[in-house]
Amino acid sequence: MAALCEGYTLCGLVPALNQLKSEIQGIEEERDCDHVIVTDSTRSVTLYKVSDQKPLGSWTVKQGQTLTCPAVYNRETNEYVAVSDNKVVRIWKEDDIVLDKACKAAVSADVRMVHCPHGGEPVVLFQGGAVRQLDALLSAPQQPIEEVLVQEETIRWSASIVAETQQLIIFTTELKGDHFLYLQRVNPNSVQRYRLEPEGPGLSPLSFSASYRDKNICLLYLYPKGHVYQSLVSVRVPPADEGAPAVPLPRHHLLSLPVGGQLLEAASAISLDDAHIAVVGVPHPSAGPGKDFLCIWNTNFQTLQAAKEMAGKLYGQLWCYSSKLFIPHGKTLSVVPFACPRSSLASALGKLKQLKTEETKPPTLVPSWNAVFHGEKAAPPKPVESRKTRTTRKTQSAPSLTTDQVQELIKTAPAEEVQKEVESLLSRQELQDLQPSLGQLALSLVSRSLADPAFYSSSTLTQLVHTQCLSHSVCPDLLPLALEKKDYFLCQLCLQFFPDIPEAVTCSCLKAFISLPDADAEKLSLEPDSVSFMEMLISSEHAQAGLQNGFSPTSCKEDGTDAIDGPQTKAKEKEKAPPQQMCPLGSHKAALINEVLQTAYSETFLLPHLKDLSSDHVVLFLQYLEFLYLRYSTDSFPQTHGYRSPTLNQIMDWVCMLLDAHFTVLVMTPVVKSLLLNFQHFVRSQVRLFSELGKIEGSLQELNNMKRTKDVGQYSIEIIELY
Amino acid sequence: MGEFKVHRVRFFDYMPSAIRAMAFNRQMERLAVARADGAVEIFNFADNYFQEKVIPGRDGRAVEALCWVSGRLFSAGLDGAITEYDLENLRPRYSMDAYGGPIWTLSSNSQGTLLAAGCEDGTVKIFEVLQDRVQFQRNLDRQKGRIVSLCWHPSGGQIAVGMMDMLRIFDTQTGHATQRMLVERGLGASKSREVVVWSVAFLSDHTVISGDSAGKVQIWDGLTGTLIQTHLVSKWDVLVLSISQDESSAMAGTSEGTVVQFQFISSTVGQQDRQWVRTRTFKNHSHDVRALVHTDTAVVSGGMDTQLVVRPLLDKVEKNTQESALRKIAFPHRSLVSCAKKAGLLLFQFPDHLEVWRLGESDGNGAPWESLPVKRKPEKLIQLKRKGEDHICCSTLSPCGGWLAYSTICSVHLYRLQLSSNNISIQKVSKLPRELRSVHQLSFSSDSSRLFASSSLSSVVMVTLDQTEIKHIHTFRHQSGSKQPVHILSPSEDGQWLAAANTDGEIHVFDLQKKTLHCSVPTYSSCPTAVSVHPSGCSLVSVHADHQIFEFSLKQKEFTQWSRQLQRRGLHPLWLQRDTPITGVTFNPRNPAQILLHDTFMFCIIDQSLPLPEERTKLYNQALLRSLPQTQRPRESHAFKIFKNFQHLLCVALMEDRSLVVVERPLLDIMSQLPAPVRQKKFAT
Repeated sequence: MAALCEGYTLCGLVPALNQLKSEIQGIEEERDCDHVIVTDSTRSVTLYKVSDQKPLGSWTVKQGQTLTCPAVYNRETNEYVAVSDNKVVRIWKEDDIVLDKACKAAVSADVRMVHCPHGGEPVVLFQGGAVRQLDALLSAPQQPIEEVLVQEETIRWSASIVAETQQLIIFTTELKGDHFLYLQRVNPNSVQRYRLEPEGPGLSPLSFSASYRDKNICLLYLYPKGHVYQSLVSVRVPPADEGAPAVPLPRHHLLSLPVGGQLLEAASAISLDDAHIAVVGVPHPSAGPGKDFLCIWNTNFQTLQAAKEMAGKLYGQLWCYSSKLFIPHGKTLSVVPFACPRSSLASALGKLKQLKTEETKPPTLVPSWNAVFHGEKAAPPKPVESRKTRTTRKTQSAPSLTTDQVQELIKTAPAEEVQKEVESLLSRQELQDLQPSLGQLALSLVSRSLADPAFYSSSTLTQLVHTQCLSHSVCPDLLPLALEKKDYFLCQLCLQFFPDIPEAVTCSCLKAFISLPDADAEKLSLEPDSVSFMEMLISSEHAQAGLQNGFSPTSCKEDGTDAIDGPQTKAKEKEKAPPQQMCPLGSHKAALINEVLQTAYSETFLLPHLKDLSSDHVVLFLQYLEFLYLRYSTDSFPQTHGYRSPTLNQIMDWVCMLLDAHFTVLVMTPVVKSLLLNFQHFVRSQVRLFSELGKIEGSLQELNNMKRTKDVGQYSIEIIELY
Repeated sequence: MGEFKVHRVRFFDYMPSAIRAMAFNRQMERLAVARADGAVEIFNFADNYFQEKVIPGRDGRAVEALCWVSGRLFSAGLDGAITEYDLENLRPRYSMDAYGGPIWTLSSNSQGTLLAAGCEDGTVKIFEVLQDRVQFQRNLDRQKGRIVSLCWHPSGGQIAVGMMDMLRIFDTQTGHATQRMLVERGLGASKSREVVVWSVAFLSDHTVISGDSAGKVQIWDGLTGTLIQTHLVSKWDVLVLSISQDESSAMAGTSEGTVVQFQFISSTVGQQDRQWVRTRTFKNHSHDVRALVHTDTAVVSGGMDTQLVVRPLLDKVEKNTQESALRKIAFPHRSLVSCAKKAGLLLFQFPDHLEVWRLGESDGNGAPWESLPVKRKPEKLIQLKRKGEDHICCSTLSPCGGWLAYSTICSVHLYRLQLSSNNISIQKVSKLPRELRSVHQLSFSSDSSRLFASSSLSSVVMVTLDQTEIKHIHTFRHQSGSKQPVHILSPSEDGQWLAAANTDGEIHVFDLQKKTLHCSVPTYSSCPTAVSVHPSGCSLVSVHADHQIFEFSLKQKEFTQWSRQLQRRGLHPLWLQRDTPITGVTFNPRNPAQILLHDTFMFCIIDQSLPLPEERTKLYNQALLRSLPQTQRPRESHAFKIFKNFQHLLCVALMEDRSLVVVERPLLDIMSQLPAPVRQKKFAT
């Protein structure tokens, strides 16, 4: 769930003369995420340290001159670049005190904007649509600048993006009510022109936001009616012929913001990640008019995730740098940090925490042997309360890192350190508070592990999964990674705690588990309860000899084979019957498979994947299921043992699915014949049991009646005795 | 302790009559119930719902409406007459034809000065209530179609009237109808049938509530004549409505046997816009709910299934108290069976006839808990139809089996019986003394030589029976001034005493030899439900509606030691929680310390020689004692030996041969004789 954190004021604003725009012309990130430069609409550029809410320096142009484009910071050279009076490019460093003494150069055409994206060079966009690299421009300031745009075509918005190695300038223009998008590549230069689909007469986009995602430029734009569109522009499209007519830009309606019948005047939407957008200047759906809100919407689920009322007038301006939103409102410029964790449908609906896991794990009153012998280390996760008490103890000693810092750490630090920090983070904070960031932690851990094969921190991931705050949709690569790394303990935990594992993944787990050699499996350290459950199941098999619920294997054999089989086969089968009771799998392997049996699935989606199992595996799996069924149907088997274990229904469902998926194969395989016959016996004995029960139903009813109506008739003479 | 041979009799086909109408008097806390056979019963809600009085019915009298006017009770019915009852002599005081055809409804204004009767001919007739009668005052404007229901506005200025297909509001000053409100008919097939507004209520804020045969409860604005709300509560008829005194709650009784509550509440807490909201549904009846009373704490309902149900409203009473228990009153609180102890005969009283049965016989003895083979079956010897139109109000059989007497409200009939084994003769005694005319209770002395009859003004008439002559000997009177009828007569076994209890709670003991009032037992607040004099003649045991038991010594004229001890100790809570009164007390002649009591659901032997049960001891301990070995029983046993195997008891009597007769009438047998209830769709039928 995305969240807006408590905001703080960065600086005050002088009320602008123009009521529609604030005095802020632009905000650019400086050397790191904590520094920004703010260009106001008149004459000054100010450098702020955001976390301190403090200006570090300020530069002003002379009276009479104005800055016409926001200052940018060139990280390569640590220089600031701005343009005054449209034509004078000014370049200065932080220790320059007076701006007029710094380097300046007059160019021959009006400059629209200077862009300097991360990892790119400063680029100058002229009002005529031409683009020059700053270095090239400065080498010959008075060089002629061509006009790309036609007369009356004006630039409305521009941005610059570095896509892999290619630097791109994107700008939109307006010509007689039509809007165009230009994609200008720098070095080699080429331009593409797209036409935006018209929204309606007089409706022009209020704001644009561009981001680079999956080799596409993702353009987000907002119209006054509250419609938010997204267009994807491929970076790699070969440049079209010069002068070709503008291609219509395909767009996709992302979201309809509630505007309450009015047209928006000043509003802005920017994309935060692939699922979230921040919107300012759009009324809150449930608040009255006249209130100004900053909202985060989830575009996947079309839900409002977070909203914050901003005091004073909003100008429809919004910037976003490294998880901070910069928003001018009223007489202040506020910074609002936010968090947009990957969200699953469940969390969007507010139901990530599954009750099922708590329910299937009733508190065991028996002390766990692990707890006794190995202390707390191997013990299952403590409930939140105990963690809280530990928290207070720990916070005093350890130097604490924030979630962000830990996340940074994950990108570089060795596994041991990561583990330590994550552990301390988990012990320090309430799980509820951590929940949004846990997903990000897991994500970054997984992506590091994927990128760096040497790095794999099993225990950290285990810990994260143990919090039960994660789900498969939050971190889809986790379970495949665990499988790949053969970290079966983690797999087991994931199967246990993730409520939303896709059937394909479930099936690949199953495949991996079945093909695991028993010898290897026994070495695994798995969740102790699941293993001891299996050990109990296997060990009690020798002890039990009694009748099973409605099914006695031997007696059924005798009368189960009908006229089809001759007496000889009957005898043969009798010999075969007893060893069926052995568990075909080792306890560890079985414990893993039990987890698969207990996951949620949908039959339609699971069946196609089940078909991929090899016939050997199917047979083995079926044998194991048969074993489970037999164990479960014995009367002596304690059903209420308190362990997390598959239910009889789950077992039967899997048997049915396996048979469905591999019916022909199974029928053709001679080895399976006895197995199938056994299954048939189960079914037949059950059917028989029910028919017998049906037969005696009448007599039972009669018993009931006899007990109730001891009819005395109209008259009787009885002897009673009172004591 | 005691073995008894029990004649378990189930051949008394007692069939109570359906409840037609009810009226509740809030001042006196008395509920009047009219049954389909015309009988009117008075229940005292202040005294454990005891059925104090029964006014027998009469052929052709169908009471449709009952109405209290201060202490007076009026009824009106389809015979077209308005009747006032004499509650002291348990008979109609007068009946007056209203000349409007059958009367469907009767209601008094809140001032108690006027009665309004809704008639078949479409008139509402207003009667003035005078000191000793009612006098016709005038008609309201005559309408087309019968007046089925009516209700006065509390101010008395208006009357809301329910008719066929419509409601009307009359101005009582002018007599003109001021509003006409059409009631929609039912859907489907019943569209063509006119809808009957069975019941109507008129609230002080001029809201009119109606219940009709299309199953709707509708709420109208009586000022403008507009419909405010419609609640469809039944597929069948809504037959009756009742409003609580504070007008915040309304009950509607339906043909499905349900009672639906509506409450006047605001939809959200703390707001003022109150409206009628359907809140609860009670289902305590299998058949039509014909009569409904909303008391302050309970809803009282009755109908075709003959049971009177008191359902406390749990928001009005304290929970888990006796007051919060549901009560079903299915059987009369007086005995309809009398027993000839010496002759082994039973007399069953029906409203229109009497039956005399001889008990069966069996061979020898058997072990406890065995059924003995019946050697001779019981046989009905006589079925005697009553004379006249009035129903039988009381009857009795002499202990020797030689006399039979019964009474209606206007006459007493005495018969001489001769029952040898194959010769049965019954002979009416034609000349009876004048004093035996209007009696409420009859009883023969134990030697069958005298007949006692309770008469008007709480007096008791004594006549001697002779083969040749019936002679009035004496009329016993007491000086307490109570005019209430005597409902219990209990002559002593030795012929010395006669105890008479009246509904004022007084018990007077007359000396039969000296023909004087011997003494009066100190009056207890609760009405006696059973009284008996000990065979030795030394004491009298009375049991009251609140389940208290007293033993009064006739020699010392004070409560006995045992009685005081019982009062000091207090009765067991479970004993006090029983919900039917003790209707019979007898003594065990074999053991003078044993008193036999019974109510509808148990019979009990109180052994005065044993310790009384403590509050914590197990009251119903017979099963426990039975499981213990003989030697341990005395440690566990206490004075109350309660036997619950026999249910729905109408009579328990001890015969001369020391066998016990229990007369049971299982409720199921009564239910099975009721007509089929309205059809209700059940799942999978």
